[in-house]
Amino acid sequence: MKVFTHELRGELLLYSRSRELAFFTFMLPLIFFVLLGSVYGSGDKINGYRAADYLLTGMIGYGLIATAFAGLAIVLVIRRETGVLKRLRATPLPPPVYIAAVLLTTLIAFALEAACLIALGMILFNASFPKAPGSLVVALALGGACFAALGVAITGFIRRSEGASAVINAIYLPVAFISGAFFSQQHFPEVLRRVADVLPLTYFIDLVGDVTLKGTPIWSEPKDVAVILVWGIAGTLLALRYFRWVPRED
Amino acid sequence: MSSAVIVDGLEKSYNGLEALRGVSFEIAQGQIFGLLGPNGAGKTTTVEILEGYRERDGGSVTVLGEDPSSAGLDWRQRIGVVLQSSSVYDSLTVTENLELFAGYYTRPRPVAEVVELVGLEEKRESRVRSLSGGQRRRLDLGLALVGDPELVFLDEPTTGFDPEARRRAWQTIASLRDLGKTILLTTHYLEEAERLADRVAVVRDGEIVALGPPSELTSTLPATEVRYRRNGLEVVLQTEEPTKLLHELTSEALAAGQELEGLEVRRASLEDVYLALTKEEQE
Repeated sequence: MKVFTHELRGELLLYSRSRELAFFTFMLPLIFFVLLGSVYGSGDKINGYRAADYLLTGMIGYGLIATAFAGLAIVLVIRRETGVLKRLRATPLPPPVYIAAVLLTTLIAFALEAACLIALGMILFNASFPKAPGSLVVALALGGACFAALGVAITGFIRRSEGASAVINAIYLPVAFISGAFFSQQHFPEVLRRVADVLPLTYFIDLVGDVTLKGTPIWSEPKDVAVILVWGIAGTLLALRYFRWVPRED
Repeated sequence: MSSAVIVDGLEKSYNGLEALRGVSFEIAQGQIFGLLGPNGAGKTTTVEILEGYRERDGGSVTVLGEDPSSAGLDWRQRIGVVLQSSSVYDSLTVTENLELFAGYYTRPRPVAEVVELVGLEEKRESRVRSLSGGQRRRLDLGLALVGDPELVFLDEPTTGFDPEARRRAWQTIASLRDLGKTILLTTHYLEEAERLADRVAVVRDGEIVALGPPSELTSTLPATEVRYRRNGLEVVLQTEEPTKLLHELTSEALAAGQELEGLEVRRASLEDVYLALTKEEQE
């Protein structure tokens, strides 16, 4: 436990020092929220909800995939390719403790991100406070765990640190788009809607919408929860199979 | 004295290619052991098997009394590793890096002491990003030492250093011996091995082709070279009896009232042994 808190403190320090993470994965969702939110007037509605409230749910989804998936994956690829992970393997730090500290840091960053988005929405756009806050916390934790597992899994498929951000951006930005993080999927062509129907972020944004806008408790949305869980379990299995501590040799 | 490392008949293949073909050596506690050889000879493969990164195909390996392929975290308390490339956190300071790693060990060496040992006092509060290549390597060494290990693996620790930095690193490594550490040093700088190592092994094509103290290895090449110029032509003589030869040459020259221009006496160095051993490979 002592070594866990030590490592967690180290990871939080590393996170706070990383300019790349601070901007691309933490600031960008906040910036997009401000930009998109400014487009709509206070009386505008999307899908029957106040525009700011509706946008907020999408932005929490975007924040999730940016911090828990993209940010985590980029950090791990860089650490693997620079030999930091390899060096850690030669120390007595237990690997599960290390992974737990990295994942918890990611979840803390995402929790902070979600809190900032909600606060920003309320301050700038007069958005409403989430109607079922308890369920929202559970939904965020579930989404965080699922996307962090997928983030760890994807590192196994990226060969080097140069280009890691490019590959990850090429995955997560389209996924965020198609999943309706930036606007309603209502007017999407059939094909895109089909794709969206299998993506976990679609269900996460839907779930966040249900608990924040409608105030539905999370247990009334078993389908959303189930799809996110299945993706999370698949991500965990892939991560266990493909995660590497040392760079691949060519 | 007991052995810190015992390697016997070590074998390893990659995709049917034999990288190690029966490598055997022992390292006594408190010794600096140099592993020499050209790139691709099998140095890093050997070291990474000893560090527990790679599985061996054959032979036996004991490091600090345990088999590295199954050794646990307690064993890792007792080793320190410097990898071939620098691996530290760029965004942290020197002290922060050391403190983070110190926290992994049950009995770490005080961080301030490690900073001093690797000569980074002036950079202790600097972010790693701002350090020179040589300073980063010294921090690498510091991270390997912060757990106060019994055995330290140094994989080409001075590659890319300027001569001044290399000399300082040698002092640091020599001071580790004074602390009673056992050190396995791989290098392709002959001078480094000659200067630091108590014993060396020359590896070529996955086999050890020479093993022993540097002085013993150099004595396998018998000749001492005597060079001078006569009438502008260089004369090179090889002898087993340099004293006698020199006496004859100099008395002759004195009698004739001549100077032996460019007179030079050179003992075989480890480099000569190394070149002789590795040249056979190319033929």
